[in-house]
Amino acid sequence: MDTAFFVAWFEEAARLVRRDRDRLTDLDAAIGDADHGTNLDRGLTEVTKALAEWPPDTPVQVLTSAGATLIRRVGGASGPLYGSVFRQMGKALRAPVTLAGFSAAFEEGVVALERLGKAALGDKTMVDALAPASRALALAVRDGVGVREAFEQAARAAAEGAQATIPMQARKGRASYLGERSIGHEDPGAASAALFMAALATVAA
Amino acid sequence: MKKLINTADSVVEDALNGMAAAHPSLRIRDQVVYRAEGPRPGKVGLVSGGGSGHEPLHAGFVGYGMLDAACPGEIFTSPVPDQIIEATKAVDGGAGVLHIVKNYTGDVLNFEMAAELVEDVEVASVLIDDDVAVQDSLYTAGRRGTGATLFVEKTAGALAEEGAPLAEVARVASEVDERSRSFGIALTSCTTPHAGKPTFDLPDNEVELGIGIHGEPGRRRVPMVSARELAGVAMEAIHGDMPLHGDLLVMVNGMGGTPLMELYVVFAEVAAFIKGKGARVSRSLVGNYVTSLEMQGFSVTVCLLDDALTRLWDAPVETPGLRWGR
Repeated sequence: MDTAFFVAWFEEAARLVRRDRDRLTDLDAAIGDADHGTNLDRGLTEVTKALAEWPPDTPVQVLTSAGATLIRRVGGASGPLYGSVFRQMGKALRAPVTLAGFSAAFEEGVVALERLGKAALGDKTMVDALAPASRALALAVRDGVGVREAFEQAARAAAEGAQATIPMQARKGRASYLGERSIGHEDPGAASAALFMAALATVAA
Repeated sequence: MKKLINTADSVVEDALNGMAAAHPSLRIRDQVVYRAEGPRPGKVGLVSGGGSGHEPLHAGFVGYGMLDAACPGEIFTSPVPDQIIEATKAVDGGAGVLHIVKNYTGDVLNFEMAAELVEDVEVASVLIDDDVAVQDSLYTAGRRGTGATLFVEKTAGALAEEGAPLAEVARVASEVDERSRSFGIALTSCTTPHAGKPTFDLPDNEVELGIGIHGEPGRRRVPMVSARELAGVAMEAIHGDMPLHGDLLVMVNGMGGTPLMELYVVFAEVAAFIKGKGARVSRSLVGNYVTSLEMQGFSVTVCLLDDALTRLWDAPVETPGLRWGR
């Protein structure tokens, strides 16, 4: 996994979020304030622009640039939260990037997310997609699965995790203000997190 | 949907350009609104911020006796750390800066990040969490910050103007938040320019109880009833959480789409409720101050006053959104 791979990951994520922008905003309208698709699309457009204007030399630079851009451009909760995942991942990543190295760095990113958002599995947040994805990656490493297969499994775990937020009652973020009325809606943050993992699987294919 | 906009992407920038053109007392740079005269040496700086769409909050409260800078985010989206860092540095007169933060996850995260990153400026923060519609427990993000934000900005602003030190300004800001409670009710949803359709569908004969200020749905939906009954719901919720007594500062705030006439109808009921509890409306504010775009509905915010807070409330203020005594 070289620098081009990481650039491609964010380009594909930007494409998927652009494609699903209205779906994400609709999900947010149901239990939040109807800006998630718009904000993330704006942020990822800036990320791809930054990666094109200042071509990074290493995977770490891709992650730190993407993380910083998301924090500086998105606002709301999703900017700092996604930004922290990628910045922490960048701090933890070692060259050359192996699947095991990626998995370990990703896990650190998810831990940073949980710490910053004070959220855990089951709170109906992006953690519910990213934590299962992280676990799937760790299992793939343990089982000696190839990169492509590993990222497919992670993407599947994230998608299932996002779906699993539907029956949950939100305990964090703006949806928590709805109490029981948050039940029955997919969490928009978990939905966008699943798109990041889907992008990873596509780029590895 | 019909809106007076150019494009959905340029709404905030276009609106800020309009503010700058309309109010020579303001200076706008990199999506931060400042007092044109700049920071006063030795005065604590007040920085607030939050999503756009709540006008006049916060940019309309920049000026003498209130804020030194406001950081407007995108519509209903908190500002980014860069804006907050720039504002904090620019308004520091050497006495430190108070961040006034509403308890929404995004606002909290971005202000925290900015406070950590800003160098060479002493920063204190006050978290506003006055909304009694939200259960304050381990299982929610905690109570939202809504109408009390204006009370805090006004009183802390007056104190800062007198030259009080940062710790004292922060302490009074927290005290005002602790003494304030709010409850909001929506008759209609609002439509964000990007989404282009109402955030939630609300039938003509129903209302949302316990809304925040971002067009998010409330706690409960009930059939539409009279203004007296709706005011009663809001006041019972407030009184049940913080028994009303003594002199009160009372704001009946429109959510953006409700005529002043109806807000006065509500205020009459709120005042009658307060009288019935043996308390007194000492100071009041009726109008659109903390809005949700064009949403119809209102919120009530009540603060238990004492002599010191009354004096700070009465102190001169000169901003586009609030002005008296000067």
